[in-house]
Amino acid sequence: MSSDGSSTPSAAIEFVDVVALIGSFPALAGVTMRIERGEIVLLRGPNGAGKTTLLRLCAGLLPVERGTARVLELDLTIDRDSVRRRVGLIGHTNGSYPDLTVTENVRFWGRTIGATDDEVASAMERMKIDGRLADVPVSRLSAGQRRRTALASLIARRAQLWLLDEPHAGLDAEGRDELDAVLRAAAAAGATIVVASHELERAGSLATRQIEVVAGQTREVGGGS
Amino acid sequence: MTAASVDTNRRERVTGTSFTRGLGAVTLVGIAWLVLFGLVVTPADVNQGESVRIMYAHVPGAWLAYLAFVVTAISSAMYLFRRTRSLVWDRIAGASAEIGVLFMGISLVTGSLWGRLTWGTFWTWDARLTTTAFLFITYVGYLAVRNLGGTHHQRARRSAVLALLAVLEIPLVHFSVELWNSLHQEASVVGNTDVTMDGLMLFTLFLGVIVFTLMYVWMLMHRQRSLTLQDMVDDIGLDVALAARRAEAGSS
Amino acid sequence: MNVSSTFRVARLIAAKDLRVEWRSRVVTNQVLPFAVLVMVLFAFALDSDAVLERVAPGLVWLATIFSVLFLVARTYAVETADGALDALRSAGVDPMGIFLGKTAALAAQLLVLEALLVSAAVILYRADPTPSGTVLLVTTALVATVGLASVGTLYGGLAAGVKGRETLLPLLLLPVVAPVLIGATRATESAFRTNGIAVSEGWPWLGLLAVFAAIFSVVGAVAFGSLIDE
Repeated sequence: MSSDGSSTPSAAIEFVDVVALIGSFPALAGVTMRIERGEIVLLRGPNGAGKTTLLRLCAGLLPVERGTARVLELDLTIDRDSVRRRVGLIGHTNGSYPDLTVTENVRFWGRTIGATDDEVASAMERMKIDGRLADVPVSRLSAGQRRRTALASLIARRAQLWLLDEPHAGLDAEGRDELDAVLRAAAAAGATIVVASHELERAGSLATRQIEVVAGQTREVGGGS
Repeated sequence: MTAASVDTNRRERVTGTSFTRGLGAVTLVGIAWLVLFGLVVTPADVNQGESVRIMYAHVPGAWLAYLAFVVTAISSAMYLFRRTRSLVWDRIAGASAEIGVLFMGISLVTGSLWGRLTWGTFWTWDARLTTTAFLFITYVGYLAVRNLGGTHHQRARRSAVLALLAVLEIPLVHFSVELWNSLHQEASVVGNTDVTMDGLMLFTLFLGVIVFTLMYVWMLMHRQRSLTLQDMVDDIGLDVALAARRAEAGSS
Repeated sequence: MNVSSTFRVARLIAAKDLRVEWRSRVVTNQVLPFAVLVMVLFAFALDSDAVLERVAPGLVWLATIFSVLFLVARTYAVETADGALDALRSAGVDPMGIFLGKTAALAAQLLVLEALLVSAAVILYRADPTPSGTVLLVTTALVATVGLASVGTLYGGLAAGVKGRETLLPLLLLPVVAPVLIGATRATESAFRTNGIAVSEGWPWLGLLAVFAAIFSVVGAVAFGSLIDE
């Protein structure tokens, strides 16, 4: 990952009183939060609290209705395209092409930013989807393998901010441990990771800090780091 | 739209102003005048007989529809290319397209009634007629896209792009239909359809265009304002929903 | 975004779309048979060799345009099946590149479809293009295809994310492609020498098709970004 991000103490996400709509419903009703680079932050909260919307907003997929939102020091309302290229979102969908193989998927996403085949291969290796799985169509993979394919695609396209919506859902114990190890390694390498989850014991041990999302607003939980 | 814009005084929440009321009165007088001239004062046509009177509504209706679509295109461009991205332009575009579709529908109906009386057929594949029909469907599609939902600016951007595409389409469709039609001269219904208009008939037609245009301006102003109110209701709804959502957090 | 990266993205997207089709065979196994079936049904409905021979060019292009609706729906079903279109948007992939790539892949599939439909017309409707007619026919198909693929990709992208896209797409698309239907049908009539029309009379219609293709490919490339973006 890029070194400029981890060397300067700058915010990966900086929101002030942000409102965002789903249709005409205020899914985010004034969010103020700050996330530093290199952090692994857990967003927790009940269903419908706005966790997914918050992640989609950070990814530049939703317009900011009110308030100011900066992601990776870029204003979301102005530089949305630049933000998008540096951010990766994995939500309830993995953004894969089910008819294509694992290698073809990861290579496709890598090549959208001009990544070399070596980068693609190392991304697949880090997610342990090289070898036997490499030439299997994504439609035949298990949920965990699909998730790892999506993460490998994020690495291949050099995303600096990872937004993961319920990444542990549908994974077995082994898959979860592997995922956690992978995320810690990515954060150590300079990526900022925001995880939305309501599996607190699992995601909580992974995170350096927790933010609670309730009714479209955020509040800090516990001491934090 | 910010919360502040909701707190306007009550007078701005009705769509009528003294200007539109005056305009409405003038339009009404104009319509009465047009009815009198169109149905009573002007003579029947030598070839078409009484059916020529349909023209006094048909021609201004068609004119108005095209005017409305041009206004839609211009205001869509104003929305897209001005830096302020003002929703006023979007609402003018939407209001104008609605009126245009209405009057294009009216002119299609009156046109085919006139055709039945004059040519003995409701429809002929005349270039102008066919283009009009395509245009009618195109703008029905445009209105469908306006109602897809999303935020106001999503609606505005999507429909503005579509409106500009539709305007590009007008000459293309017209040109192609005309080319196509030129091969089929022998097939078209031939009859003496030339209207030899005397001064009074021409004047009545001209009067129709003026009166319809006034009516268009009147409708456009009211519809634009009612759309503004509708957007304001959405925004008030947003404020209420925001307050409710914030209260939800406090109680939990 | 510079030009070379736009074309790199376009190549990438086109190759991906064609590879997906090569693997899934949805178009091959479903859309192509549908198109041929339409040709057979036309024959049942019109029920006369003389009439069929006369209307063969129009039926070829009508079947093409109906099939375009399915091809466009399919190319966006691929993108939305696992949220790939969202991922493309959220990865900030150049929309102009996406447009050009998807248009190219769609055009390639359309050309296969048109070849099949013309063969069907030759076999089922006794269409009989001469060598000079074939040159006209191939040129017509190429130019018309660029126009159809551009306009299909453009409006398909607008309809991709919304409710009721199955019904919205035909409403938006069919009025727009009327000039292609007219131009391509007239040119094909000349190529088939339907009603004794000379082959040379078909060439002027290519001008109309070319203008259509030029307008919608350029406007599509520019406007696609704001149509797929929310």
